Amino acid sequence: MSLVHEIDYGTKKSKSEKMVTLTIDGSEITVPEGTSIMRAAMEMGTTIPKLCATDMLESFGSCRLCLVEIEGRAGTPASCTTPVAPGIVVHTQSDRLHTIRKGVMELYISDHPLDCLTCSANGDCELQDMAGAVGLREVRYGMDNLSHFDKASDLFLPKDESNPYFTYDPAKCIVCNRCVRACEEVQGTFALTIEGRGFGSRVSPGMFEPFLESECVSCGACVQACPTATLQEKSVIEIGTPEHSVVTTCAYCGVGCSFKAEMSGDKLVRMVPYKDGKANEGHSCVKGRFAYGYATHKDRKLKPMIRAKITDPWQEVTWEEAINHAASEFKRIQAQYGRDAVGGITSSRCTNEETYLVQKLIRAAFGTNNVDTCARVCHSPTGYGLSVTLGTSAGTQTFASVSESDVILVIGANPTDAHPVFGSRMKARIREGAKLIVADPRSIDLVKSPHVLADYHLQLKPGANVAFINAMAHVVVTEGLVNEQYVRERCDLAEFESWARFIAEERNSPEASESITGIPAQKLRAAARLYATGGNAAIYYGLGVTEHSQGSTMVMGMANLAMATGNIGREGVGINPLRGQNNVQGSCDMGSFPHELPGYRHVSDDATREMFESMWGRPLSSEPGLRIPNMLDEALAKRFMGIYIQGEDIVQSDPDAQHVAAGLEAMECVVIQDIFINETAKYAHVFLPGTSFLEKDGTFTNAERRINRVRKVMAPLPGYADWEVTIMLAKALGYEMNYAHPGEIMDEVARLTPTFAGVSYDLLDKVGSVQWPCNEAAPLGTPLMHVDRFVRGKGRFMMTEFVPTDERTTAKFPLVLTTGRILAHYNVGAQTRRTDNTAWHPEDILEIHPFDAENRGLRDGDLVAIQSRVGEVSLRAKISERMQPGVVYTTFHHPVTGANVITTEFSDWATNCPEYKVTAVQVRKTNGPSYWQEKFMEEDISLTRILDAAE
Amino acid sequence: MSHFEPWTRERAAAIIAEFAGTKGATMPILHEIQHAFGFVPEAAIPMIADALNLSRAEVYGTVTFYHEFRHELPGRHVVRLCRAEACQSMGGDALAERAEKRLGIKLGETTPDRRVTLEPIYCLGLCATAPSAQVDDRMVGRLTESKLDAILTEAQS
Repeated sequence: MSLVHEIDYGTKKSKSEKMVTLTIDGSEITVPEGTSIMRAAMEMGTTIPKLCATDMLESFGSCRLCLVEIEGRAGTPASCTTPVAPGIVVHTQSDRLHTIRKGVMELYISDHPLDCLTCSANGDCELQDMAGAVGLREVRYGMDNLSHFDKASDLFLPKDESNPYFTYDPAKCIVCNRCVRACEEVQGTFALTIEGRGFGSRVSPGMFEPFLESECVSCGACVQACPTATLQEKSVIEIGTPEHSVVTTCAYCGVGCSFKAEMSGDKLVRMVPYKDGKANEGHSCVKGRFAYGYATHKDRKLKPMIRAKITDPWQEVTWEEAINHAASEFKRIQAQYGRDAVGGITSSRCTNEETYLVQKLIRAAFGTNNVDTCARVCHSPTGYGLSVTLGTSAGTQTFASVSESDVILVIGANPTDAHPVFGSRMKARIREGAKLIVADPRSIDLVKSPHVLADYHLQLKPGANVAFINAMAHVVVTEGLVNEQYVRERCDLAEFESWARFIAEERNSPEASESITGIPAQKLRAAARLYATGGNAAIYYGLGVTEHSQGSTMVMGMANLAMATGNIGREGVGINPLRGQNNVQGSCDMGSFPHELPGYRHVSDDATREMFESMWGRPLSSEPGLRIPNMLDEALAKRFMGIYIQGEDIVQSDPDAQHVAAGLEAMECVVIQDIFINETAKYAHVFLPGTSFLEKDGTFTNAERRINRVRKVMAPLPGYADWEVTIMLAKALGYEMNYAHPGEIMDEVARLTPTFAGVSYDLLDKVGSVQWPCNEAAPLGTPLMHVDRFVRGKGRFMMTEFVPTDERTTAKFPLVLTTGRILAHYNVGAQTRRTDNTAWHPEDILEIHPFDAENRGLRDGDLVAIQSRVGEVSLRAKISERMQPGVVYTTFHHPVTGANVITTEFSDWATNCPEYKVTAVQVRKTNGPSYWQEKFMEEDISLTRILDAAE
Repeated sequence: MSHFEPWTRERAAAIIAEFAGTKGATMPILHEIQHAFGFVPEAAIPMIADALNLSRAEVYGTVTFYHEFRHELPGRHVVRLCRAEACQSMGGDALAERAEKRLGIKLGETTPDRRVTLEPIYCLGLCATAPSAQVDDRMVGRLTESKLDAILTEAQS
């Protein structure tokens, strides 16, 4: 194995279809118009020396190393900024060019320390390469004058090591501007600048602040762009340069970025975003790029463990003992309480193949459909709402489609924090002039941040989504903005007409719903007109849509609006859920729901079931199984007594945590397969050590339905990958699963699932990734859905009556709590809390509007108690204008915060997706942790003890 | 004693608001801020960034690019001597030395009594009347030793 080498073409690819032929160094080459001479040369294999150019960035023309000669033109133009022209004759090497380049290099090197052998970029330094390429042999200017690297010089600055992941060493900087441009063009944060001018110029984060205190979001784009050791990963400084690399997929959010895992032996040196990765195209965020340290954290439990009672200490046992114990317990429970007294939860953090095996084990080996997954608590309304209106349970576009959008409507999503790499794409389009409407109770960064300003911020009240979307549609219908031709050709007309009559009713008007939504009617009307008439309009949404009592209704409401305005079925439009987990799309696709077999086919469908029965060799139940909340309820009624949970922490992530814990406590056998002793494992009887994404082969499916390969870069630390453990458990239950490699599992999925029929590891290795449906009709996948017709045939308008949630504010609970995420952390934080990302966000805080704070006598940083009908926790308050009065906000990244101790059992009417986004609460000053938190701290020790081998 | 206004956020906000709607507002705002306060206080940078939807890095980069913008409060009067080629060829070097000696400070410094700041400037665009100088907002051409002395006396008073 060796390092995966990616060619740097120096400038971006031209999108022109017109071709131009020119001659470079005597050879003819034909390239698209608008291509730079530098890129054209690279495409024929000729590298023109360069320092400030790289193909992730716009050309800049400052380093003067890439000069060429063009016959008939005066001077020596820079090849990065000079586009090709028909018939020109270019020379990339001549005596004159050689002399100039050497002279330029000599000047660069005269202000650069010659410590290559001990430099962390040794062997991975473009300055070093270029000195070699231009044949630099001496520096005549002397090195002991004023310089940036001599400690005695006034210009010397020490290294900035404030960022936990990379260092900034001004002594090595050649001021090529690549970092500044990467921060602006790729990431869109604009955190860096060049301070001063001339020889005094240097890179400055913010107002010459340490990186950590600046506007930097630590995405790593600058580090990747840096041609020298100026911006360098601390891991490379510590370990040295990697020697081989493997392309794999990030295991954080639903963007599904491709990375090169760069290794030294079996040690991970760094994760470098992969330019050929279609989801991220060479970009990354602080989580995927840097926060992988959890994978080898000391908290990883690598030995299987069992215990009779949860108050007993854990006892380490062999794999065989643990598996046999779990299997015999499940068998005993089924014999004692009935076949349906057991079930399981698949993981959106694990691979498609692993998820598929867990649901197969439950359906075939347990013989029940009691399988559910965490999508229950996030995007189950998306699956339901989009499937009834359009016919598929997934987003309609590719991520790249946003670059064709003219109007972007973001509802209940915070892409710059929760889906940062997609957020950067969106910001790039906004900088190009796309209009932006943000519907969110909070002023998120997209509402206003450098070079981004929402045209309309519709600051709606939590719980008013459906009233809002109905009002939008009301404007479209009553102001004659319906795309009639589209609706006539593509949608069910009768359904449309009854919907249009309903939506046109006065009670759905912006004026009538103003008191519910809190959005001024005129503002909403203007936003609706913009959405309907502004060109390609795309909806992007997140959990702010789904995690409500009317989550499914809202998804249908958005589909109605998009269909009515003709905004589905081409580039730049669509309805796009920004899905949370790396493989939540995949876990849903793989049949994780109690009523659906893989490919969203209902368990009551005889033909489908028969096909699975013949392949799996077991009879399957035609009755839908239990959802997670039902499993917990049934446990309290002593009818559901055993559960197999792979890679999910329901005690922390699911609503009303005390109810979840009580349900688990009532069970007789809880089997947890996880990389850490998570909160749920406190209630477990069997612990099966899990593996991180670095330790296994498989696939993840991202929010744009893209199936990406996950590749093993190190051996599973506990000895087995998760899919192997499921096979062992199935075997102990008397059910054989024979797979030598996850690729064989995917082959089985392909045989059983029409939308995956064409998917194989061979294909993925060949083309990188595909978007389902991938079958005979679309052998390379389907980037864009519903192009000529909707998957369900005619698009179906659904009635979306607004029904307020039962969770109301009262005199006792006058505020609404809504929850969300922050950039540095991922969901329950099990991974990111075990990395240096805590430098940005060490604890969850409660954001509260100054008005509400003043009413309660709160100051910034005060410890406050937040109390709902079901629970109470304490955390620190931050007074913030980002909130609207009456609404408070917190994240749920730290278990001790217990945000879900407060959230209630209310949920979406159709899918039981919890109403995380609306909880009536009271906030008051306090001086200590709540009762629950004290209990948590005690149980954090008492329920996680491991028997010392010596005892 | 300074004719500059004391720094207040309110005054800075008013200046920023005056230009915020115009295209390319950064430079006019910076000039006006310096005109009011005598320099560009660091606290003004995030305010400008916020108003113009820029990052504070960008505004900082702009401020530091131009020598025109000062980072500290200057003396009551600012005398700028042109040090560019045309003025040098017309005896600018000697005049600069004379000014330094008379004020007892170097170019770029302020007298201890904070009455005069002496600054070099690289071309006032008055090459035809070299050597040239600028005293606060007033341009002075065809500088001689006596003219310089008069300027300095006036500034010191």
